[in-house]
Amino acid sequence: MNVLIDYRPLWAVVISLVAAGLIMLSDKKPNLREAWTLIAAFGKMFIVFSMLPAVLSGQILVTEPLHVAKGISLYLKADPMAMIFAALASALWIVTSFYSIGYMRKLKEEHQTGYFASFAVCLAATMGIAFAGNLLTFFVFYEILTIATYPLVIHERDDEAIKSGRKYLAYTLIGGQLLLVGIIWVYVLTGGGDFQAGGFLAGKGSVTSLRIIFVLMMIGTGVKAAIMPLHGWLPAAMVAPTPVSALLHAVAVVKAGAFGILRIVGFVFGPELLKDLGVATALAWIAGFTIIVSSLIAIAQDNLKRRLAFSTIGQLSYVVLGAALLTPMGILGGMYHIVAHAFMKITLFFCAGAILATVHKHNISELNGIGRQMPFTMGAFAIGSLGITGLPFIVGFISKYNLALGALERGQGIFIAVLLASGLLSASYLLPIVYIAFFKKSEEFQEYKEANLCMLVPLVFTAAVSIILGIFPNAGAHFYDLATMAVKSIVTGNLLGGGW
Amino acid sequence: MSKEFLSQYLLYWLIAVLFMIGPIGMIFKNNLMKKLMAMNIMQVAVIIFFLALGQKMDATLPIEIPGLTGVTNYINPLPHALMLTAIVVSLSTTGVALALLLLIQKKYGVLEEDEVLRRMDQ
Amino acid sequence: MREQYPALLIIVPLLTALVIPIIAYLVKRLVRWIAMGALIIANISAIGALMHVLNQGVWHYRFGNWMPPWGIEYVIDPLSAGMALLISFISLVVLIYSDVFLKEEGWLKIGMYHTLYLLLTVGLLGMVVTGDVFNFYVFLEISSLSAYGLIASGGSKAVVAAFRYLLIGTIGGSCYLLGVGYLYAITGTLNMGDLAVRVQPLMDSPAVIVAVSMILVGMGIKMALFPMHGWLPDSYTYAPPHAISFISGVMTKVAAYAMFRYFYFIFGAANETIAIVLQVIGAFAAIGIIVGSIMAIAQSDFRRMLAYSSIAQVSYIALGLAIGNMYGLIGAMFHILNHAIMKCCLFLIAGGIKWKTGEYKIAKFIEMSRKMPKTMGAFIIAALSMVGIPPTAGFFSKWYLVLGAIEKNMWIYVAAIVLSSLLNAIYFFRIIENAYLKKGQEDIVPASPKKPELPFSMLVPIIVLGIGILIIGIFNEPIVCQVMQYGLPGGGMR
Repeated sequence: MNVLIDYRPLWAVVISLVAAGLIMLSDKKPNLREAWTLIAAFGKMFIVFSMLPAVLSGQILVTEPLHVAKGISLYLKADPMAMIFAALASALWIVTSFYSIGYMRKLKEEHQTGYFASFAVCLAATMGIAFAGNLLTFFVFYEILTIATYPLVIHERDDEAIKSGRKYLAYTLIGGQLLLVGIIWVYVLTGGGDFQAGGFLAGKGSVTSLRIIFVLMMIGTGVKAAIMPLHGWLPAAMVAPTPVSALLHAVAVVKAGAFGILRIVGFVFGPELLKDLGVATALAWIAGFTIIVSSLIAIAQDNLKRRLAFSTIGQLSYVVLGAALLTPMGILGGMYHIVAHAFMKITLFFCAGAILATVHKHNISELNGIGRQMPFTMGAFAIGSLGITGLPFIVGFISKYNLALGALERGQGIFIAVLLASGLLSASYLLPIVYIAFFKKSEEFQEYKEANLCMLVPLVFTAAVSIILGIFPNAGAHFYDLATMAVKSIVTGNLLGGGW
Repeated sequence: MSKEFLSQYLLYWLIAVLFMIGPIGMIFKNNLMKKLMAMNIMQVAVIIFFLALGQKMDATLPIEIPGLTGVTNYINPLPHALMLTAIVVSLSTTGVALALLLLIQKKYGVLEEDEVLRRMDQ
Repeated sequence: MREQYPALLIIVPLLTALVIPIIAYLVKRLVRWIAMGALIIANISAIGALMHVLNQGVWHYRFGNWMPPWGIEYVIDPLSAGMALLISFISLVVLIYSDVFLKEEGWLKIGMYHTLYLLLTVGLLGMVVTGDVFNFYVFLEISSLSAYGLIASGGSKAVVAAFRYLLIGTIGGSCYLLGVGYLYAITGTLNMGDLAVRVQPLMDSPAVIVAVSMILVGMGIKMALFPMHGWLPDSYTYAPPHAISFISGVMTKVAAYAMFRYFYFIFGAANETIAIVLQVIGAFAAIGIIVGSIMAIAQSDFRRMLAYSSIAQVSYIALGLAIGNMYGLIGAMFHILNHAIMKCCLFLIAGGIKWKTGEYKIAKFIEMSRKMPKTMGAFIIAALSMVGIPPTAGFFSKWYLVLGAIEKNMWIYVAAIVLSSLLNAIYFFRIIENAYLKKGQEDIVPASPKKPELPFSMLVPIIVLGIGILIIGIFNEPIVCQVMQYGLPGGGMR
């Protein structure tokens, strides 16, 4: 095992904090302000991707610990699992930033400075969550993410936004406090909270206390991961501008929760211990329940963003299910789904936003025939939809396949049925949109044209990536390899483990 | 009543009574001036308590009489010194309290607590 | 000079306080500068004492070289030096802030304010450095009387509040004095160190039990521990901003610090009596935390909300004392530091808002973020710290407290702390919503360099304290490990 001291994880976090400050100062010059965002985004991606070769060859990059309190420190660690999330988030920030610029300018939104600055802080927090080396660091950035997303959720500043903001805070702060109690308890039991592959809690406490800690932590991370019944904030948060929904509520915030669950399952408790405790089965059932029920609710939604929100809730529980299955393929599928779903869902949200910005329509029933006017947009939407359904050659299939294998390994065929059913349900809530867009006739949209380039290019890009990753799962950032390495480390308990 | 009780313990019981007059007076009396007086009584009780600690049997004032030596012949002067300070404290507190009462009288016209509170909230 | 730091700490502000009325009569303008000079000397003395003590251990400073237990001595260890530094620093900061409020007053008012202010500082400083229990009483009363006077200067409602505070506070002082009397009666000594030794074999006697209870009531009243907190809401609400920032930041904390000294250092927490007392304190503290937070939610006046919040926050400190293990005590000590800075900052902000817009009602804080952006920025940091969001200082005090509580399986305390964080979020975010989100009716003139939101002498303290909250949070390890840990009973961490 190769552990190197390297400060690049820290720079990845800091670069967008600095950018946030510069954005606040560039309030009067929109182009300069946008430039800061883009510079920071490209810089961040560059830093993250520069760490890829080292991590892929088996090294772990660690920053020196910052002792913040007696006996505990903050430090950042770039291991394979961290790289998945970090690479994903940093790449998608660039895409979302272009999209945001197009969206905000088309709609002439107010408070843009605060928007871009908050976004930058959120991405810094996301990097911190990805690279967190121990539970305390994770928690610090997790809460910073909660606070930093609040200004984005309430962006519109009207009554509905305020109510949604309150709901969001109520859910996330309560979850955060429960997570904190769990974390502190772990510190009391073990004297430290460093993430270790394969878990470090075995034998450190009574069965009851370990079970309670697991429940507390699952509630804490489950709020952000929108496991039912903790999902209530997510549909409410759709009042935010679409780029916010796209990046944060399809990629950063919710994936932080899902990532947290994977970390806790793989690096705090470990599959062996969870099997002994018997709590993972309950989690798997809750995940399965969420998948099915959220899809059913999605079918009933007419507002496009709300339908996508419930779809997100279901898709996130794929990750949770993968973690709860405790088998190598299951966890692998869950981890890869973080990537897969991100690209697909962000495409869908980008399309929804493009439609909103161009023709100002929110509801699906009003979208008849829009495919004529916005063929690229709806084409990308179609690709995303098919991917969510699980069609081969689009990236969603890869993770679903791994999840199914994972369920088989466990001998729990029921979850394969859940996955299949969810695929059918996804088809039934997404494909009709494509159908009515292309095949229903309407005079309504005659005078509209395709979405502007700033929005169009990102969504075509993410749709294309969805297809490329579907065929070559390792393209770009070697996501599949990273996930495999991470799972190997969990299963064998060290970071350069042997065969499974 | 036994001699022992009268000579040794009665004093402390009386001090206790005085000490209780303090809070009881402050709670149950409505007039602010009477509350202040109750507070004063409470402080006096503590002062007497300290002084009582310094007494000794058959001892005289702690000013040296030539030829009379031995600590047992003089009462303990330390509580007296301490209580001078405490008396000064009590005095200053009373001074501040009276100043405040003057102001309250000027602004509200009465010194009854319930009336003052009522006028305060208007 | 360097050997005299403990004495300078007290004497310089004291003499200045006595001289100021004369100076005010002669040269009104100089009063502020002289007062500030005195406080700067106090600050330097405190820093010097802290350095000395960290290098060379506990410092016994004997007045007139009279040996204890007959002479009065000052005992400085890292914790008391730290408290002294905290008191003098906050005193200086608020004095700078008070400039604006006193500009137009006559010589009498200026003189009186500065005299009382310095006397209050002297009283508080004396309470933390003294090594004699009766000397403690003297300083306690000095600080209390000055506080009554300062609070009463806030207007007609404040006079009534000050009077009630006077009554209840004097009960507290008298109870404390009675407790001291009992201790003197059975041990014959007033020196804290000597008392600690002599009282040990007598811990089960009724006299000591009475003494402990009396001291508990006395200090409890002064620190507004539930149910002895009745005087606090009115006093904090009606007192003038330049006084209340200092008082709220420091006075109750010094009483809590005193309780810590008495129960852990003099009596020793291992005793059965003290163990029971600590349980009682813990119960009251837990109730106080919840009650304080709930009452704060119900308030419409910003200052009254902060007052109830203070009751809850001081109960955190009491809770840390009740938890009693290393982390609990560190949490309590760290929270003394944190809350002093947070609450002082918040009351400075309240005063600033009142000065700029004349408003104290939360409902009228609409669009405050545009009128006073930097002030509200500091407010956000202070609010996040009160709720307990990392990496602010408030998060770490809660971390230590919960760590200590879980170690001792005191789950009710954990629940109380967690619940109160969420309740704090409710009332602080309500203000943030009003300030940032709601739209007002009339046109707002946003702050700009030509029309600054607050005069510098008000804005700089607010921002310094706000940044201080972040710095103390991020760098709390050196503070805890290099300074505070030496304040633990037993002299250091196990």
